[in-house]
Amino acid sequence: MGNKKNFFAPIKAWKYLVKKPISIPMEDIFENPREAADRYRGFHANDWEKCIGCGTCSEICPTNAIVMQEREELPDEDGSKPEKPAIDYGRCTFCGLCVDICTTNSLTMTKEYVHISKDVDDFYFLPKENGIHDIKYENAYVRDEVSELLDLKRYDMVGLEADERKDSFIEIVKGFSKETAIAEASRCVECGICTKTCPATMNIPEYILSIWKDDLEEGVDWLYKTNPLPGVCGRICTHKCETACALGNRGEAVSIRWLKRYIVDNTPEEDYEKVVLANVSKGGEGKVAIVGAGPAGISAGYYLRTMGYEVDIFEAMPLAGGVMRYGIPQYRLPDYSLDKDISFIEKIGVKIHTNTQVGKDIQLEELHSKYDVVFLGTGFFGARGLNIPNSDHKDVHLAMDFLPQVRDFARGVIKDIDVHKSAVVIGGGNVAFDVARSLIRLQEIKYGKSDVKLIALENEEQLPADREEYEEGMEEGIKYQLGCGPQEVMLDDKGNIKGVKGFKCLSIFDGQHRFNPQFDTSDVKMVEGTQVYVSIGQSPDYSYLDKELEEKLGITRGKITKIGKNRQVEGVDWLFAGGDIVQGPDVIHGIADGHEAAKAIDEYLMNGKNKKK
Amino acid sequence: MRELKLFLGPNHPGMHGNFSVHLYVDGDIVKRARPLPGMLHRGFEKLMERRLWTNNIALIPRICVVEPDINEMVYAMGAEALGNIEVPERAHWIRMIILELARIGIHMMAFGGIGGPTGLYTGPNWAITERDLILDIFEEITGARVYHMYIVVGGVRKDLPKGIEKKIENVLDKLEGRLSEYEDLILRNSTIINRTKDNIVLPEEVARELGVTGIGLRTSSGKAYDIRKVDPYARYDQVEFEVPVANYSDAYTRLETKYKEVKQSIRIIRQVLEKMPKDGPVRAKVSTGSALKWRIPKGQVFSHIESSRGEYGYYIVSDGSRQPYRIAVRGASYPQGLLGIEKYLPGTRLDDVAIWLDTMGVCAPEIDR
Repeated sequence: MGNKKNFFAPIKAWKYLVKKPISIPMEDIFENPREAADRYRGFHANDWEKCIGCGTCSEICPTNAIVMQEREELPDEDGSKPEKPAIDYGRCTFCGLCVDICTTNSLTMTKEYVHISKDVDDFYFLPKENGIHDIKYENAYVRDEVSELLDLKRYDMVGLEADERKDSFIEIVKGFSKETAIAEASRCVECGICTKTCPATMNIPEYILSIWKDDLEEGVDWLYKTNPLPGVCGRICTHKCETACALGNRGEAVSIRWLKRYIVDNTPEEDYEKVVLANVSKGGEGKVAIVGAGPAGISAGYYLRTMGYEVDIFEAMPLAGGVMRYGIPQYRLPDYSLDKDISFIEKIGVKIHTNTQVGKDIQLEELHSKYDVVFLGTGFFGARGLNIPNSDHKDVHLAMDFLPQVRDFARGVIKDIDVHKSAVVIGGGNVAFDVARSLIRLQEIKYGKSDVKLIALENEEQLPADREEYEEGMEEGIKYQLGCGPQEVMLDDKGNIKGVKGFKCLSIFDGQHRFNPQFDTSDVKMVEGTQVYVSIGQSPDYSYLDKELEEKLGITRGKITKIGKNRQVEGVDWLFAGGDIVQGPDVIHGIADGHEAAKAIDEYLMNGKNKKK
Repeated sequence: MRELKLFLGPNHPGMHGNFSVHLYVDGDIVKRARPLPGMLHRGFEKLMERRLWTNNIALIPRICVVEPDINEMVYAMGAEALGNIEVPERAHWIRMIILELARIGIHMMAFGGIGGPTGLYTGPNWAITERDLILDIFEEITGARVYHMYIVVGGVRKDLPKGIEKKIENVLDKLEGRLSEYEDLILRNSTIINRTKDNIVLPEEVARELGVTGIGLRTSSGKAYDIRKVDPYARYDQVEFEVPVANYSDAYTRLETKYKEVKQSIRIIRQVLEKMPKDGPVRAKVSTGSALKWRIPKGQVFSHIESSRGEYGYYIVSDGSRQPYRIAVRGASYPQGLLGIEKYLPGTRLDDVAIWLDTMGVCAPEIDR
């Protein structure tokens, strides 16, 4: 290269002097900004209709730029929190991880990128559907399958196939292996919407995290903070938490119930015992009597005992557990699991007196005189009957009479139950399915084949029972006659039952949401069977109460109404109540009630009111 | 002898990033030089230990502003090696596009950058324009112009947008058309030649003594030490390209080598566009669960790639949790930028200090990480 040539080479650049500049004029940048690319990570937009306030965006944010802000105008419902993400654009790195992990798809990034202010506080925004300036911009960066940061699919639970399970009362679900449990636990985003929905406000994200960390001892500790019957709930809880789970919005909810069961079943015995026994403290001075060893009674007893009180539980039946022991069939809740939970209740010093019926073996008044406080948790153990022609026939059975026999049969206490070759079950709740599926098993054991039909007012979508009950029942061979209102139990010439006649059900509730079923009387269904089992609800038994007390409780539709939020009966200081007789039938509600009552009783006794010497 | 102390940086047009050098000068000759890192206040390595494996992709690009993708790549490669994660075939090729576009981008910046210390201000204007075309491509592929956060553990974050191949080719064509003009404007400009020829010489012994890699080592030793060749990653073993070398390393040679490397990068991208699988997955799962709970198995690894400034590596230790236990960054410009300044900057004329820093490839955040 000669120097001369080099001297002239750069001069070629002069040709650009006459060309139009490609840079954008300053004023255009603000007023008419260049359009961003289709994937541009600009300012956020958040669809408040979809956003559930789970806070997962805030959780993943690498710079803590997202703060969940509570908004008073938002409703506080199950499945969401009254919070929305607020973003500090002074911290935001526009990485878009919040968009990729959003559980509802509500959060996106738009093509908007201009915001000018001299005030540093002006960079904090609560994005809504129309972005941060309430100007609709095109969505730019959105999550897709590749950028997905959630794990939306459940890990399968291994269980027995219909053929393997329908002729015995062996437990269906086998439980998670360690690997599967950890994998399932890793799906949780720890938002806590489940905790908020759980009647017992269990620390669900915390115990799931313990599983993920493989620290089951810690997991047990978390469980017992709010639930002294984790083995039972890990099997048969109605899991409102899973219905509310944030992951359910775009995928499948975390298997919270099975994870709880995993902790209970897999923590080594000595670790388990160490954790549970460590909970007992000294301090509480007083004696508490509890009527009924069901979920509410046991829960109240456990927490009172951990506070140091002396607790005696009186139970009419030979075994403790109430509906868990005599209602729910073995294939869902085996005895060994219930025994394990109850054994720890006894180990910490709660005394359970079985075969002692209050009102018969011991009077309520006597308890009142011997103890500082009495807690009622007698539950809904009676059966509600159906008032249709021939429903008083000897082959018409009630669910709550039948199910205890099934449990006793399965544990070998009674040798035979009188089941016919064919049966009709009336009802659409979980209990009706318990009856129907137990009948299948009994018939299979006795006759080697089964014929069970189930009639319910509700159609498939309205069915109050869990979906899995419906599906598993179908696999086991239940024949459904849904959307049908039973009108009469039909008898043959010899007076034996030959079936149930029903009308097609048009609607169940009237305009005021009252139970008032309407039928199409021209659409008649005949459901054949020689036995009928009625399972249309449970009822309480208050025969242990005297008239005066019964009035004070204000019993309406079987439930005690004159009761405070702390489960203390209004006007009767020494009496507390909880569980089904306050909330209606549900195990987890019972446990929650027991815990609430225990706290209230503690407060009551600590204040020394009415304390006996 | 009178000695005067001058401050170069932490904010100075001739300094790359927030980095300070105390210069003790006698007349216009630097007698002593003292590099002072610690102006960046970022503490990248420590911050990484407190962030989820996923979260770090928002942080690490900042270790090299102009060529951020190398950080994402070594980080991803390291984590993938620890986790035995198999990256989908198409993702390897997409990564190469990103890395080579970034290399062109930073070399364009260097072309422009030499205009500062030498007074040739047309250079920066031109080069930044061309670089912006590449940033346009980045914006379309990744959603951001500078910090892409696109190469992630397991592959890339999203598949290429439809029709981007054509746009990349257009930009390459345009750039290639302009290269001869750059040669005329910069490499054959007597302003540049007079200031850079036989100036800031890096002898091979010094390169080896300090541990200089990249263009510095290649132009002083004549050896083609390029990680893309000696320890190929992604699919660099399936494309043809040359590694420009020289036997005399002055500022001019190093600048010229960047020019040659741009041509090779264009060549690589063209091959990638032709050879890459046209569809298929682009991201593999890191581990089970949501990103909040992703874990990388226990272990340690050193992953390295060829950055525009030389061998760039991360030493990663994982204790099996959801955050890295320790990450150490081997910044390519650490040897010359810290040791080199102290030992070999003295003797340089004050006017040439900026040329020294520029052509030696000093990048503040990767020293001060």
